[in-house]
Amino acid sequence: MIKVKINGQEQSWDGDPDLPLLWFLRDEAGLTGTKFGCGQALCGACTVIVDKEAVRACITSISDVAGREVTTIEGLHPNGDHPVQKAWRQVNVPQCGFCQAGQIMQAAALLMDNPKPSHEQIREAMSGNICRCGCYQRIENAVHLASTGV
Amino acid sequence: MNFIDNPGKLRGFEKHIKVEKVSRRSILKGLGITGGFVLAAPVMSRQAFAYETGAGKMPHGVVVDPRVFVSVAPDGIVTILAHRAEMGTGVRTSLPLIVAEEMEADWSRVKVQQAHGDEVKFGNQDTDGSRSTRHYLIPMRQIGASARTMLEQAAAKRWGVPATEVKAINHEVVHSASGRKLGFGELAADAAKESVPSIEGLKLKDPKDFRYLTKGQVGIVDLHDITTGKARYGADVRLPGMKYAVIARPPVTGGKLVSFDPAEAMKISGVEKVMEVRGWPWPSKFQPLGGVAVIARNTGAAIKGRDALKLVWDDGPNGKYDSVAYRKELEEASRKPGLVLRKEGDADAALKGADKVIVGEYYVPHLAHVSMEPPVAVADVKGDKAEIWAPVQSPGGTREDVAKTLGIPEQNVTVNVTLLGGGFGRKSKCDFALEAALLSKELGAPVKVQWTREDDLHNGFLHTVSVERIEAGLDKDGKVIAWRHRSVAPSIASTFAAGTVHQAPFEIGMGLVDMPFEIANISCENPEAAAHTRIGWFRSVSNIPRAFAVQSMVGEVAQATGRDQKETLLALIGSPRIVKPAVKDLWNYGEPLDSYPIDTARLRKVVELVAEKGEWGRQVPKGHGLGIAVHRSFVSYIATIVEVAIDDKGKLTVPRVDTAIDCGTYVNPERIASQIEGAAIMGLSLAKYGEITFKDGKVQQKNFDDFQVIRMDESPLVTNVYIVPPGPDTPPSGVGEPGVPPFAPALINAIFAATGKRIRSLPIGKQLEA
Ligand code: FES
Ligand code: FES
Repeated sequence: MIKVKINGQEQSWDGDPDLPLLWFLRDEAGLTGTKFGCGQALCGACTVIVDKEAVRACITSISDVAGREVTTIEGLHPNGDHPVQKAWRQVNVPQCGFCQAGQIMQAAALLMDNPKPSHEQIREAMSGNICRCGCYQRIENAVHLASTGV
Repeated sequence: MNFIDNPGKLRGFEKHIKVEKVSRRSILKGLGITGGFVLAAPVMSRQAFAYETGAGKMPHGVVVDPRVFVSVAPDGIVTILAHRAEMGTGVRTSLPLIVAEEMEADWSRVKVQQAHGDEVKFGNQDTDGSRSTRHYLIPMRQIGASARTMLEQAAAKRWGVPATEVKAINHEVVHSASGRKLGFGELAADAAKESVPSIEGLKLKDPKDFRYLTKGQVGIVDLHDITTGKARYGADVRLPGMKYAVIARPPVTGGKLVSFDPAEAMKISGVEKVMEVRGWPWPSKFQPLGGVAVIARNTGAAIKGRDALKLVWDDGPNGKYDSVAYRKELEEASRKPGLVLRKEGDADAALKGADKVIVGEYYVPHLAHVSMEPPVAVADVKGDKAEIWAPVQSPGGTREDVAKTLGIPEQNVTVNVTLLGGGFGRKSKCDFALEAALLSKELGAPVKVQWTREDDLHNGFLHTVSVERIEAGLDKDGKVIAWRHRSVAPSIASTFAAGTVHQAPFEIGMGLVDMPFEIANISCENPEAAAHTRIGWFRSVSNIPRAFAVQSMVGEVAQATGRDQKETLLALIGSPRIVKPAVKDLWNYGEPLDSYPIDTARLRKVVELVAEKGEWGRQVPKGHGLGIAVHRSFVSYIATIVEVAIDDKGKLTVPRVDTAIDCGTYVNPERIASQIEGAAIMGLSLAKYGEITFKDGKVQQKNFDDFQVIRMDESPLVTNVYIVPPGPDTPPSGVGEPGVPPFAPALINAIFAATGKRIRSLPIGKQLEA
């Protein structure tokens, strides 16, 4: 039996220990905010925070996070008012929105690690996250805004 | 009679074909909210306005009926239906906003509700072709104005004053003479008893009184949900007892399953069943390809189970499709005369007599949509009823196709439209929803079919592959006197009809025969090309290769004559005029030419605007270059300037992009900017990396590592967007697609300016590396 804390809640799993965290979150725990975009750690749509680090849930197995703390987009802030989320809304970032949970989690992890990233650092840290709609200019601006106070 | 002459009412194909108007027979119910509008009066759909659009010719036309689209609850909450699909353009916000504007509703008290697929009730719902604003600006205004008029009439009656003395202002009706006011909620029940006013008599708001339209200050309705993970896409639908499925499909288009062994798959923890899925022979429109489904308790188990399947396929007639060989075929075809589609003057003779002939053979390979959300659908089929939840661009078409595929009446099918995690034309084809419906029927349980990214690349409906060959003949002064453009590419029509070898009218009308240059001798030709995979609409469609070729040739003419690109471009466009190409039944994006002519004054205007704002001719550092391109598509006019920087290793970056768009009367400039910003990214992606190749009939790319798209570290540092202010009564035109076509040629012209290298084959790939 694998135990993992997700958004502060204890969850357990006694199925396949190799099940990717992504599918545990989406299909077993019903947390569909975390998205599937590639399954190969190539797009960042599935980004969640494990302890304090951004990870790709699609290649992280449920057993890898046993005993650890997972934060998904649903648990980032109780009212959705994390500075990154607020900045996102202020800049009107999303188009289709599908990549945005992953982008926001990546940005939140970046700011935990580096509260005042330069534009170059933002561009580098966010480059694992694809946005097919092409919202990059706004994502960059929103991360910058979040880092300077919304 | 072949399919091209008589495509009937095949949806998705049509678009330029007349479909008889559906009678507005059904008296349609409102939203069923208590105390809401439940109005009764005949409604008409003719547009009483300064211009006509092609909206009425779409399948099921337009429905202008406040009872269908608007309801007012006693607490004052106004619910407005969004009947088009949201895939990132902002349409789910923009169309209801138009209604709210005319109605004088306060946007903070408006709820938007997504309509299910029902075109008899809502009118056409095909969200494609950059059509939503262009077809619905006026109908949505009329719907809002009708609702407002009914609320005003109800208030006037209540107060016993003439209706002309009252006015709806910000969610209330006001009688200024007496200072009395009534909220929309208080009037809802009475307003529901008013008759629907005739469209001809409606008074639309004076645009100078607009509070929301053209202001760009309203965020999209899903903004909060998207940023908190609550927004519901197709993949996010969960039903009690739902099974999770992935499907192994034939790796070659037209291939068939020979045999399969489920034993190993069944051993995977969580796998419940392995079963065959019905496929249709190619070409089969949007019907499923068939294959083997693995059913499991979660998607992860289903994928693992599929990996363990043993499968034997018969690859069928396309088993030899090879991109390298096919390109040679296209090139050879482009060097011989083809079906002549437009002939003005005598291009052959003029080319022979020209002082100089420039020949450009331009290649654009197959492209994949890779919408961020791969295709996915949930179906629950019980007996002769089916309910679907899916991210589809064509809710009405999906409903028709599900009914046909299951052999049940259309009224028994409900299609719930979720948000789309990107569409770009891929989700105009509902094959994934049909797969879910077939599986659910057999399993007797709700099923979600999830496509992986590999499935998306291997079994999609790709953008065509084309060779565009242009010969431009110059006289001794460097003036272009002859233009021959041969376009060779497999047609989208091949997905509907076997043996298709020519482009359909809606493809040749995208930048081939509508070419706007003022040249005396023109020949536009279409040699034959057969398809060997499924071809479909991809954002901007044939405009991508055509604009790439035509606008690159402008750069080549500038290069050959030593003149400025922009001046060369303006000289080719020529005098401000309405272009009337010598083409029988010219396809004009489904729009009447009277309202939407090919207007070179507007084309020149966007070139001049972008040149001014984008500082054309500015000094750029060494290794940088500027390129310009313009293209009319989806009846909009767009010009782009790209600044490129190439380092000594051939690494390409884009410091700045400037784009000017004339999309006529517009609704939401903030979303226009976001579409154009995104189009620059998509344009750069396809120019730099976009290529799907085939070997032995199979797509060779698997995922985002070998089908790359632009990431943030390579994205333009800044994209500036300038919107041309519309003249009075300028009809609205497309926004979602037109931004893409001019990007690649502007980039390629910029690369030439920076390096002296002329790239004629996309993607750029390693061509700049020393
Ligand atoms: S789904 Fe995990 S990185 Fe793409
Ligand atoms: S907003 Fe559509 S993929 Fe990013």
